[in-house]
Amino acid sequence: MIKPLTGNYAAAWGARLARVGVVSAYPITPQTTIVEKLAEFIERGEMDARIIRVESEHSALSAAWGAALGGVRAFTATASHGLLYMHEMLWWAAGSRIPLVMAVVTRTIGPPWNIWTDHSDIMGQRDTGWLIMMSEHNQEVLDSIIQMFKISEDPKVFLPGIVGLDGFILSHTTEPVDIPDQDVVDRFLPERRQPYILKPGDPLIMGNIPSDLRDNVKMRWDIHRSQERAKGVIRDVDREWAKLTGRSYGGLVERYRCDNAKYHIIGMGAWVGDMKEAVDILRDMGYGIGLVKVRYVRPFPGEEIAETLASSKGVIVFDRSVSPGSAGPLYLDVLSHAYIHGVRVPIQNVLAGIAGIDVGYDDIIGGVTMFINALEEGRWPLPSKIQWYFGGGEWWP
Amino acid sequence: MALSIKALPKKKYVLPGNAACPGCPEAIGLKYVGMALGDRAILVIPAGCTSVIQGLAPGSGLSFPIANVPFASSDAVAAGLSAAIDARGEDGVIVVWAGDGGTADIGFATLSGAAERGDNVIHVCVDNEAYMNTGIQRSSLTPYGAWTTTTWTGKREGKKEMPLIMLMHRVPYVATASIAYPTDFIEKLRRAADMKGFKYIHLHAPCPVGWRFNPSKTVEVARLAVQTGMWILFEAINGRVRISPFSLPYKDRKRRKPLEDYLKVQGRFRGIGREDIERIKSMIDDAWNTLLKFT
Repeated sequence: MIKPLTGNYAAAWGARLARVGVVSAYPITPQTTIVEKLAEFIERGEMDARIIRVESEHSALSAAWGAALGGVRAFTATASHGLLYMHEMLWWAAGSRIPLVMAVVTRTIGPPWNIWTDHSDIMGQRDTGWLIMMSEHNQEVLDSIIQMFKISEDPKVFLPGIVGLDGFILSHTTEPVDIPDQDVVDRFLPERRQPYILKPGDPLIMGNIPSDLRDNVKMRWDIHRSQERAKGVIRDVDREWAKLTGRSYGGLVERYRCDNAKYHIIGMGAWVGDMKEAVDILRDMGYGIGLVKVRYVRPFPGEEIAETLASSKGVIVFDRSVSPGSAGPLYLDVLSHAYIHGVRVPIQNVLAGIAGIDVGYDDIIGGVTMFINALEEGRWPLPSKIQWYFGGGEWWP
Repeated sequence: MALSIKALPKKKYVLPGNAACPGCPEAIGLKYVGMALGDRAILVIPAGCTSVIQGLAPGSGLSFPIANVPFASSDAVAAGLSAAIDARGEDGVIVVWAGDGGTADIGFATLSGAAERGDNVIHVCVDNEAYMNTGIQRSSLTPYGAWTTTTWTGKREGKKEMPLIMLMHRVPYVATASIAYPTDFIEKLRRAADMKGFKYIHLHAPCPVGWRFNPSKTVEVARLAVQTGMWILFEAINGRVRISPFSLPYKDRKRRKPLEDYLKVQGRFRGIGREDIERIKSMIDDAWNTLLKFT
């Protein structure tokens, strides 16, 4: 059934179709309409779930995690400061190996107060152990939430997962979305599996002090190993979903017009749509360019990216957030994994769209042509390998 | 019918090899939780002394199902667990076992939220009147005049009235208890477990390490707190306050033991003067007068 849905309603539909049993959330712009929609589904009896209307985001994740510890499929959603406020709990959810799914509607972090999107919030969670992905459009939001439950509850993974969507650009923008039939989702998504359930009469203790710190290291190591294993699960789940619905997103990455591409753009999130448009125009202009859309930030698709970059003459990574004193986090991951896999290619970082500055396909074309022209004219590196874009054609340095 | 200790289940929930200090009131209290709720209990425990008392993983000195959780999360985790138990149709009692910090300070917003929503949870505040696990720092439940490692000359502020604050949340059940009165505490836990909604029990738990008294005197000190009127045992079902039998005699201030008996046995009050003692006495009178207005 194709319906016009905002990104947030698509997220709510994803949770509903996944037969979530407990929803717990706290309103924050631009996430609010997810929890509003879920409350409506539940109160109308269209969704058989309990809703816990908590007093903060810290409690939102705590309650969702508590429900998941108790053996029930749970869902929450947040953004920006809410995500930062629950940061501590992200570690506990991942560290306890309890499957759980959260939608993160990306938004800047203050000061100053600013409700527009950038990726500072979601990129700040990379070390928590959660699976983290970003969506390009509303269909991908809905599909990814259902997929994330399956990935999260796979015994090879048993980690919580975040489905990210850009605030307003997706969250409040209506697109036609195919809502799969419940029986299609039921066939795809098995009964909930989790490593253990906290229940009466079973004296299982989660989280007491370890007698041997090596056990603690192994817990962290096992999270890392499960992230690595998740790569295969993500690819399998993508293929299985494609069989049922005809929609494949490529698993961890999507390559767009990468055949015979000499240069590559790397980006993630909603503006990948603008990047595809930019690639089409640049191709028409005669530039041999392709795009690697990063879907999963964690686990990071190092192999796929290195494989694509091995034949590249130049790569430009667009980051929508920055780690001040270093560079854009996506750039840093691309650099590291290219190096790990022995790929040596010029890689430029563009920090753009930060603080919600609007970036269109023309801005992307501007940055890409500047980079390629510098490379071809032997002027690269530009004044810096890390460039800021402030919008309106203004670059620094 | 009065509760008989002999009639209580014999199964042990606090096991040999736990890591409690000698004379630990929390270990005493946990035994009573086991006696009262048995296998129905699931404990949610924020950081604090009981994080240590459990002993080291993969072993355990407690035989409850336990979720160890970060400070500010306990009542919300409990709310989620309670929803899960309900959804799965299990007969469980979710108990938050939190200290004074996890209850009245860092955990307070979460506690207040769960109480206001009426989540089906029992919150036990095991109150040793300071942050003992980090080394005896003051909390909002440290009493006036007490020495701590962040109030070297004695705390200048009084104790927050947590039970009354919870009473004002209009939850179905609020009670105070003391580790010196096991039958009273056990009965209160059982009453709370039989009620739906949010229940709050504030357990007075004198700590020999932090209060500076001989570890063999824990129960005695706890009893003196009640006998001097410093700690009042009461319960409130649906807002109706009733002074519990063990505290009833001390409604009459003449029947209270001298406050000095309670203060003298504790090193933490060593530095206080005559004026401070008078001030504490007037605080006790105020506490009784306020509470009796609700009876």
